[in-house]
Parts: sequence; structure tokens; C-alpha cells
Amino acid sequence: MIYFKNVSKIFGKKKVLDGLNLHIPKGQITLILGKSGEGKSVTIKHIMGLMQPSSGQVIVDGKDVGLMSNSELRNMRSNFGMLFQHAALFDSMTVLENIMFPLKEHFHFSLPEMLDRVEDVLNQVGLQGIEDKLPGILSTGEKKRVGLARALVTNPKVLLYDEPTTGMDPLVCEMIDNLILKVSKLNPDLTSIVISHDMKAALALADKIVMIYNGKVALAGTPGEFKTSKNPIIRQFFSGKVQGPMEFL
Amino acid sequence: MFFNEIKNRINTLGDFVLFVFNVFYETLSLKFRFSLFLQYMNLIGAQSLSIIIFTGFFTGAVFGLQIGSVFMVFRAEGLMGGATGIALATELAPLITGFLLAGRVGSATTAEIATMVVNEQVEAIEAMGVSPIHYLVTPRVFASAIVMPLLCGVFMFIGVIGSYMAGIYIYSIDEGVFFENLVYLAQSKDIIVGLRKMFFFSFIISLLSCFFGLKASGGAKGVGLATTDSVVKILIYILISDFVISYIEVH
Ligand SMILES: Nc1ncnc2c1ncn2[C@@H]1O[C@H](COP(=O)(O)OP(=O)(O)OP(=O)(O)O)[C@@H](O)[C@H]1O
Ligand SMILES: [Mg+2]
Repeated sequence: MIYFKNVSKIFGKKKVLDGLNLHIPKGQITLILGKSGEGKSVTIKHIMGLMQPSSGQVIVDGKDVGLMSNSELRNMRSNFGMLFQHAALFDSMTVLENIMFPLKEHFHFSLPEMLDRVEDVLNQVGLQGIEDKLPGILSTGEKKRVGLARALVTNPKVLLYDEPTTGMDPLVCEMIDNLILKVSKLNPDLTSIVISHDMKAALALADKIVMIYNGKVALAGTPGEFKTSKNPIIRQFFSGKVQGPMEFL
Repeated sequence: MFFNEIKNRINTLGDFVLFVFNVFYETLSLKFRFSLFLQYMNLIGAQSLSIIIFTGFFTGAVFGLQIGSVFMVFRAEGLMGGATGIALATELAPLITGFLLAGRVGSATTAEIATMVVNEQVEAIEAMGVSPIHYLVTPRVFASAIVMPLLCGVFMFIGVIGSYMAGIYIYSIDEGVFFENLVYLAQSKDIIVGLRKMFFFSFIISLLSCFFGLKASGGAKGVGLATTDSVVKILIYILISDFVISYIEVH
């Protein structure tokens, strides 16, 4: 349902994406791998239309995101939920107001219904009793989980998670991974796109894995294909070694 | 180098025109955010009322003091009320109010929006299917257009009181004469001239401060740069447009 066709993205002189071709199937969990600075966050921002490709096309549900009108874009985005890498919570609003924001904008729930939903998603991410706090005083992991709750609260059709577990302890990591899996199971039409560094979780979680290297897809396939791949770049990423074909500038 | 600079400026101007177009287009095409509008009216008023009263009083008093000493030479102290009234209403009140609000409201707006930009909060607003311009800018622009002229009116009123105090206590002018001249010389048209100027300035302040905030990039340093840039540009454009408006008025 989401296609990247020959997408390049250039910032100044820096070519981040270089003819990226990608297919993200509907109703599955697709995992995006790649070393830091490789353009993973840039890639998912293209899906949301938050960035436009320098050349090439991003197609969502048969439509070119770059050609959508403002109201088409708003409509598409209201069906999407996105967790930003740094949570991107509104720091002038409480946790409750943050999570209610997308509900208030696109739905006509009564206040008690909204409060119910907020409490429910907060429970799902393992946070209680923080509704009235401001994001500024939360820990990084807590912010991230509030961001996750905000992405989940509208029951979106597409969920984009930018490193949902980075910076959290192993127990919370496990909880979040299970949550991503549970939400996806509960809703067979839900398309999940997860950016992650955690190889073990990646293999357990994903239906499809995409490895980005040098602005292109190095390998796309099932976890099984990744485990048995002889591609030296994939092998190096799995082993976690600095020495190898992948260059670290 | 030089040509790049010119190219950048033209690009920025183009962006600004597009931005202003979007602000008004979205005002017409999307549902007006009334509660945010009220919230910003309240905020702008609360942020600046005390400083407007304080500055208005002393501007009026100092102006009265200076002009009184000149009028004394001609034994025309009685005209003080009228002279102060006209000067305050047509020029001093809108200009000084504009400068104060640029520093008080303009800088705060740019800093707030710029911080939201560099922390990806503006992208988050977009990602949730909400237009950042409609959410962050439009309510501020309309709240400013209403509250800022009101604050200017307060400045005029308090300024006259300041000059009255100077006249009564320093030059011992008769109160009756002061007000008689004030009402005789300064007319409601002068007040309208001043308020209309401030109405213009309010758009300069709100539109430029939001524009510079949204254009910010690059962390805390970027927020600082955007804020100073915004305030300096607002002051410059207030001065330029003050001249232009006055010129048109005189002719
Ligand atoms: N708005 C922008 N302007 C200029 N350069 C940018 C911008 N956004 C991203 N980049 C550059 O694009 C490159 C890829 O960034 P991106 O955030 O996508 O990396 P990433 O793969 O998500 O890395 P990480 O795993 O560390 O989050 C980086 O070199 C970054 O400097
Ligand atoms: Mg990233």
C-alpha cells in the first residue's frame, strides 16, 4: 500500500536517499534497519508528507503524496499515527492534553469517552497517574511512551514508530515490543512501520525487514531470509562489529 | 556572494507572501479556532497591559514636561493639553505601543514557535492532520488585530493623564483650560488615525513573529537567532510603514 519509487532526498550537498525503492505491504509489520544517520527517520517523514522527495515518488494508497492537496494530506494523516524519534510532545500541554489532541481534532467524542481512551492507552504503555504532568519533567523513556500513547489513541490504520524502544530498560522494551505485536494482531488491517536498532526484537517482531544502506535498500525480505543472508553488510549489522564493508565516517 | 544575498532575500520575500496568503486562505477555508483566539487575546493583554500603562504615563508626562517649557516661552501653557493629545494619539501612542509589543509579544511568539519547530512539535501538529498555520498563526493574528489597538487606546488615555499631571503640578495650568484645549484641538479623528496605525502594526508584529518562528532551524542557537532577527525586522518595518502611512495621511 506504500511504495517508494526511485526516491532521492538531498539536503544541501548531502544525498541522504539515493534512488530508494521500497514496498510496504498492508496489514503487516515492516521493520526498517540501518545505521545511525542513514536516513531512516527521513524515510518515514516522506510517508507522512512531512518531507518531499528531491526526485522520485512516494505513493500511499495509490496516490502520490507529493501531489496531494492540503485537505487530502490532512485526511490521510488523520488516519495515521506517528511516534517521533524524540517524542515531539507539546511542552506547553499536559500529558492528558497531548494525548487528547488528535482525538479532539478528528473525532466527536464526549469528554468522559476521551478520558477513558486516554487512560486505556496510558495503561497499555505502562504509565499511570501522570495525566496532569507536563512533558518537561518526564524521563526520556516516559516521554517516548506518552508519544506512543498519542499515536495509538485514535486507532489509526497506519502506525509509524521511530525507534519505539531506544533508551528504555529491557523490561519496558519487551513490553513495548509486545504492545506493537498485540496492536497489530488485534487489528489485521493495521500497517505498522517500525524503525529499530534492536536486532533480536526485529527478528521476532517483523513480517518484513528492510535494510537501508547508502540511501538504497540493501536487502528486503522476511526475518528468515535475513538470518540466512550472505550479504556482508547484513552480516556485519547482525554481528555488531565496526570492522566490515559498512563504512563509519 | 552579493547575488546570493539578493537571491536569498527574494526567496524569503516569496515565502512570506505565500505564508500570508496561506494565513488568510486557511482562515476562510477552515473552521475558526475560537477558543485559541480568546486564549491569545487574554495572553497578549495580560502580558502587556502593565507595561503599556507604565510607559504611557511617563511618555505623556515627559512630553508634557518638554512641550510645556516651550509653550511657557510664548505664554501658551494652556495649549499643552491639545498638543499632547494630538501628538500622543497620532504618533507617540501607536509607535511606542508597537515597539513595546514587538519586544513583549513578538519576541515571545517567535521564541515559542521556533522552539516548537526545532523540537519537531510543529511536524507533530502536521503529522496529526492539523495545519500548523491554522493552529499556531491564524488565532494569534486575529487576537493581535483586536487587542493591540485596544492597548494603544489605553496608552493614549494614560498618556493624557501623565501630561495632565505634568501640566497641573509642574506648570500649574488650570484643569479647565487643559481639557478645554484638549477637546478643542484633539479630535476623534486623531484617535482613529492612531488606532488605525496600530491595527496595521499588529499585522506586522503577529505575521512576522510567526513567520520567523516557523522558519527557525538548528537547536537553541537557531531559536535565539530567529528571535533577535524577528524583533529587529518588526521594528524596522513598523518605522517604515509608520512613515508611509503618515505620508499618505498628510496628502
Ligand atoms: N531537515 C534536515 N535538514 C538537513 N539535513 C537533515 C534534515 N533531516 C535529516 N537530515 C540529515 O539526513 C541524514 C539522515 O537523518 P535521519 O534522521 O533520517 O537518520 P536516521 O537514520 O534516523 O538516524 P538515527 O538512527 O540516528 O535516528 C542525517 O545526516 C541528517 O543530518
Ligand atoms: Mg532517526
